[in-house]
Amino acid sequence: MPQDLSLDTVEELAHARVQDCYQCGKCSAGCPIVERMDNLPNQLLRLLQLGRIERAAASAAIWECVSCMTCTTRCPKAVDCAGLLDALRQLSIEHGFASPAQRRTILFQRAFLDNIRRNGRLAELELVRQFKMQGFLDDLSVPQLFKDALLGPQLLRRRKLHLRPRRVKDRKLVGRIFARCQANGEKP
Amino acid sequence: MARIGVFTCWCGENIARNVDVQSVAEQAAQLPGVRCSQTHKYMCSDPGQKLIRDTIAAERLDGVVIASCSPHMHLKTFRKAAEHADLNPYLVEMANVREQCSWVHSQRSRATAKAVDLIRVAVAKVRHNRALEPIQVPVTRKVLVVGGGVAGIQAALDIADSGVPVVLVEREPSIGGKMAGLSETFPTLDCSQCILTPRMVEVAQHPNITLHTCSEVEQVEGYVGNFRVTIRKQARYIDVDKCTGCGQCWNACPSKKTPSEFDYGLGKRTAIYTPFPQAVPARPVIDRDACLRLTKGRCGICVKKCQADAIRFDDQDELVSEDIGAIIVATGYQLYEIGKPDGQGRVTGYGEYGYGRYPDVISSLQFERLVSASGPTGGEIRRPSDGAVPKTVVFISCVGSRDNAKGLSYCSKICCMVNAKHTMLYKHKVHDGQAHVFYMDIRAGGKNYDEFVRRAIEQDGAHYHRGRVSKITQEDGRLIVRGVDTLAGEPLTIAADLVVLAAAMRPATGVEDLAQKVNVGYDEFGFLCESHPKLRPVETNAAGVFVCGACHGPKDIPESVTQASAAAAKVLLMFSRDRLYREPEIAHVQESACAGCFACRRSCPYHAIDPAEIRDRQGQLVRRVARVNPGLCMGCGTCVALCVSKSVDLEGFSEEQVYAMVESLR
Amino acid sequence: MEIGYYPGCALHGSSNDYEMSVRACLAALGVRLRELDDWICCGATAAHSLNHKLAVALPARNLGLAERDGMEELLAPCPMCSMQLMKARRLLFANDALQQEISAIVELDVRGTTQVCNLIQIFQQVGYERIQQAATQQLGEFRPACYYGCLLTRPPGVVQFDDCEHPQSMESLLSELGAAPVEWNYKTECCGAGMTMANEATVLELGHRILSNAAAHGANCLVVACPMCHVNLDMKQAAINQRYSAEHDMVVYYLSDLVGLALGLAPAALGIPRHFVVRK
Repeated sequence: MPQDLSLDTVEELAHARVQDCYQCGKCSAGCPIVERMDNLPNQLLRLLQLGRIERAAASAAIWECVSCMTCTTRCPKAVDCAGLLDALRQLSIEHGFASPAQRRTILFQRAFLDNIRRNGRLAELELVRQFKMQGFLDDLSVPQLFKDALLGPQLLRRRKLHLRPRRVKDRKLVGRIFARCQANGEKP
Repeated sequence: MARIGVFTCWCGENIARNVDVQSVAEQAAQLPGVRCSQTHKYMCSDPGQKLIRDTIAAERLDGVVIASCSPHMHLKTFRKAAEHADLNPYLVEMANVREQCSWVHSQRSRATAKAVDLIRVAVAKVRHNRALEPIQVPVTRKVLVVGGGVAGIQAALDIADSGVPVVLVEREPSIGGKMAGLSETFPTLDCSQCILTPRMVEVAQHPNITLHTCSEVEQVEGYVGNFRVTIRKQARYIDVDKCTGCGQCWNACPSKKTPSEFDYGLGKRTAIYTPFPQAVPARPVIDRDACLRLTKGRCGICVKKCQADAIRFDDQDELVSEDIGAIIVATGYQLYEIGKPDGQGRVTGYGEYGYGRYPDVISSLQFERLVSASGPTGGEIRRPSDGAVPKTVVFISCVGSRDNAKGLSYCSKICCMVNAKHTMLYKHKVHDGQAHVFYMDIRAGGKNYDEFVRRAIEQDGAHYHRGRVSKITQEDGRLIVRGVDTLAGEPLTIAADLVVLAAAMRPATGVEDLAQKVNVGYDEFGFLCESHPKLRPVETNAAGVFVCGACHGPKDIPESVTQASAAAAKVLLMFSRDRLYREPEIAHVQESACAGCFACRRSCPYHAIDPAEIRDRQGQLVRRVARVNPGLCMGCGTCVALCVSKSVDLEGFSEEQVYAMVESLR
Repeated sequence: MEIGYYPGCALHGSSNDYEMSVRACLAALGVRLRELDDWICCGATAAHSLNHKLAVALPARNLGLAERDGMEELLAPCPMCSMQLMKARRLLFANDALQQEISAIVELDVRGTTQVCNLIQIFQQVGYERIQQAATQQLGEFRPACYYGCLLTRPPGVVQFDDCEHPQSMESLLSELGAAPVEWNYKTECCGAGMTMANEATVLELGHRILSNAAAHGANCLVVACPMCHVNLDMKQAAINQRYSAEHDMVVYYLSDLVGLALGLAPAALGIPRHFVVRK
C-alpha cells in the first residue's frame, strides 16, 4: 500500500518543514548536478509548497540528486532539501512514477539494506549480483547487466575482491534490529 | 469611602458581544460602597467622558471604577475626566473587561460573571485609595547626545539651535559616522560629504555644543532631568588647542602601515593621523598601538616637525563629568562580519563567499570608498588585488540579512537601494562595464525609491537576477560566482572581476554596555527598544532617554535624520516646563519601622534606594534607614516583597489595597 | 596510544588497500588499533534515505559495543561511517527517550559516550609536529590537491572538525611533511559517492570536473580520506577518460599513503600498488 501523496507524508519522511523555504534558490545555485535537472531544487520545493506533490515526485530531477548535502548545508533557512528529495524518491517508487533507470538508485539502496540485514556487513559481490539481477528483471537491459563486468578480474588481480565475505557472528541480532525498526511504521 | 461610581463600557461590540453589559452594570450597583452604576457605548468618547464628569458632580462620588479596556489604553483619559470634575485622579481605577475578559472568552454567561468579579476587585481596591499628587522633579536643561553620526549631528544641532546646550560624545577621532565615508547617496545621487561636512563644521563652531571625540560614556547616575554623566576622553596625545591641523606631523610619520579604519582596510594610514581630510575636529590623533615612540620608545619625528609644540606623548585618559537633563542615544551601526575566523581554522559566517580570502570580494562600505573621490583610489574604481578596472561586477544582497542559519533573521532595509546606487555609480564610471545584482526581493519602499531601482535597470543596464549565490571561487584571477536566476529557472555562473557583498546592518559594538548604563532595553540583536513602535518611536522605557538612527534598527539617512529631529523635539518638549511631573505610584519607606537591613537597596533594579541617617537633636547618629529616591523609583514593588519588617509600601498599590482585592473574591 | 577501530564494510571489502594503508601508517606512529568486536554495517546512505530509525540503530549498535568494551574513542577511517556514527551519537546524547528506545532495539545500553573520529582527527591527535619528527622522507615531489568531498565536512553541525567551505587540515599536515599542496576549488564538491553503481554517468561527470580542476591548479596527485572518493576518482578514472576523451593521469592517494611514505614505509606495505592509477 503506497503512502499518501501528501505534504504531511513528505515532511514526515524527511523530518523537514517545507514552508520554511523562502525560495532564495541557494540550493539550486550550489547543486553540483543542477544542469541535469528538469526542475531545479528550489522549484521542487515550490511544487511541494503549492501541494503539487505528484508533480514533484514524478520529476526526473529527484533521480539526479547525489545526496551531497551542499543544499542542506548552505540553506539560510536550514531546510533539509536533500532529505526532502530522499522522501520524494521513496514516494516516486511507491507510486510507480520512476522509470527503470531511475529506480536503480532505490533498488540499489534496498539491495544494500537487504544485504546488511542478512549478513550484518556488506558482502560486495553478493550485492552486485543481486542488484544486477533485480535491475535486469526490472528493465531487461543487457548492457546494464554486463556493465562493469570487466572490473571484476581487475579487482581480483588487485586482491580487492573477497569471494567469501566475512560475516557477523550474531546475524540473527541484525535481523531483529531490522524487524524492530521496520515495525515502527518506517519502510522498507 | 462609600460613594463609588461604576462605569461599564460596551466598547461598541468589543465588550458587549461576549459580556452582558446591562447585567454587569446591575450587579455592580449591588456591590458594597457603590453609589451608582452606568453604561455607555463608548466610555472614552466625549459623551462618555461627560457622563463620568456629570455623575461625579451630581452624585458627589469619592471613587470611580471604569470597566472597559486595558489601563494602558485609557487610564490617562479617565483620570483626566475625573480631574475635570474635581476628583483626585488617583481615586480612579480600571477593571479590564476587554483584553482580559470579552476578547479571550467565548461563553457569554461565564464572561459576564468574570466581568463582575473584575469590577468587584477594582471596587474593593478603590475603597482604600488615597488622593495622591504627582511628584515634581527639577530639570537640568542640558542634553547628552551619544554618537556623532548623521543622526547625532542632526539631533545636536536641532537642540543647540533652540538655545539648549548639548554635550556630543563620539568614540572615533572625528564626527561624521558612516555617512562621512559614503560616496553618493540614494535616491538623488548627491555627494554625501558635500551635504554632511557643512553640518559637521556647524557642530564644531556651535556655541551651544561641547564636542568630545575619542570619548565614551563611562558612567551614568541619577534620573530623568538630573543625570550625572562621566565621560572618558581617551588620550589623544595631541594638544588640541595648540595644534593647527597643518599636517606636517602625519606627512612625516614613518609608521605608515596601519590599515585605515575609514577606508575599511583598503588603504593605509600613518600612526599620527586624521581619519579623513574633512575630519571634525581637524586635529590628528596618535594611534598608541602603531606609534613607534609609544610602543618602542624610538622616533619622535612628529615632535620635531610640529611647530605648534602640540604633541603630548605623556597624555593620559581624562574623566569629565557633566550634569545632564536628557540623553539621546545615536550610536549607529556596523556591518555584519562576513567571514570571521573563529581561531580554530573555521570561518563563521560566509566561508562560501571567500570574503577575507579573495581580495576582490569586498563589502558595500568598502565599495563606497572605492567610488569616493577621497578614497584610496581617488574615486577611480580599481579592484584591490591588482588595481585593474573591473569590467564585470557582481553585487550580492542579503549577506547576513534574512539568513537565519548564518546571520540575522531581519531585513537590513537599505541594501536594495545601496545595490541599485552602486550599479549606477559603477556604470557612470566604467561605461563598458556590466553590473549584476543577485537579490531575493527588491525592497524599495520610499519616496522616489522604486523609480531609482528601475532607473538602475532600465537606463543603466544593471542585470538583476532573482536568487542567492551559493559559492564564489577564484580561477585565473577572476571570481567565479555560482548563482541562480530563479525567474529563468536556470543556474547562472558569472566570471566577475569584483564582487561586492551587501552585508547586514548590526548595532555598533558596545551598545549593550551603554544600554545597561542608561537602563534601556535592547532586542536579541542588540538594537535598542523604543517605548511604543508606533506612538512613542523615539522614547524609551527609561524616562529621559531617547533613541534615534540605526542603533534602534536598520534605517537609511532620511529616516535617521527624521528620527533625530523627532528625538530633539521630544527633549525640547520635556524641557519646555520648569519641572517634570512623575506618577506618584512609587515605594515609600516608613522610616520609624525600617530595620536598616538594606535588602531592598541590594535588590532594587533602578538603584533608587539610598541609605539615610537619622540623627537626634544633638546631631548624633541614631541609626541608618532606607530612603527611596522619588526621581528614580519606578514602582516595581520588588522592595515591598523583600522587606522583612514590612516597612516599605507602594503608593497606589499598598498591601492594604491588594489584600482587600484578594479578600473581595472570597 | 591505543584506540578503538571500526573498519566498516568498504575497508573490509574492495577498499582493503585503504585499510592496509591506515594500519601500516598508524602502526608506524605507535597507534595500536583495537578492532571493534563483531561490528555491523553503519547503514550508509541507504539507511539514511530509506529508514530513519535504522539509520540511528545500526550505528548505535556499534557505539554500544564500543561502550561495552570501554573504548573512549573509536576511529572510523571511512567518512560515511564516521559521519553516521557521529550523527547517531549526537542524537542519542541529546534525547533520553530516543536513547532508551534505541537501546531496546539494539539490545545494548547505548549512551553515546564514546567519541568518534575520522582519520584526519587521529593525525591531529598524534600531533602534526610529532609526525613531522618521525618522518624520514620529504614529500617535496608531491603537489597534492587535497580532496575532502562531502562527508568529511558535512553536515558541519555533526562533524565539526574543519571549515566546511575551505577545509585546511590535510593541507597543513602534508605541508609539514614537505609536500606542496595546491589551492584549488573542488575540495568539497561531491564526487557522486554511493552513486557509482546506480548512476554512473553522474559520477563520471563529477569526477571529470574534479580531476580537471585539480590539474588546472597544478596538482600532480589527489589526496583523499574516503574509500568512495577513491573508487570514483581512481578506479573510475579510465572510464572518465573514455567518456570525456580526456587524458587524466592523476594518482589518487589516501592521506595515510602519503603520511606512510613520509614515515619511510614501502608503497607495497601501504597497498599503493593496488590502486588503478599508479605513478610511472
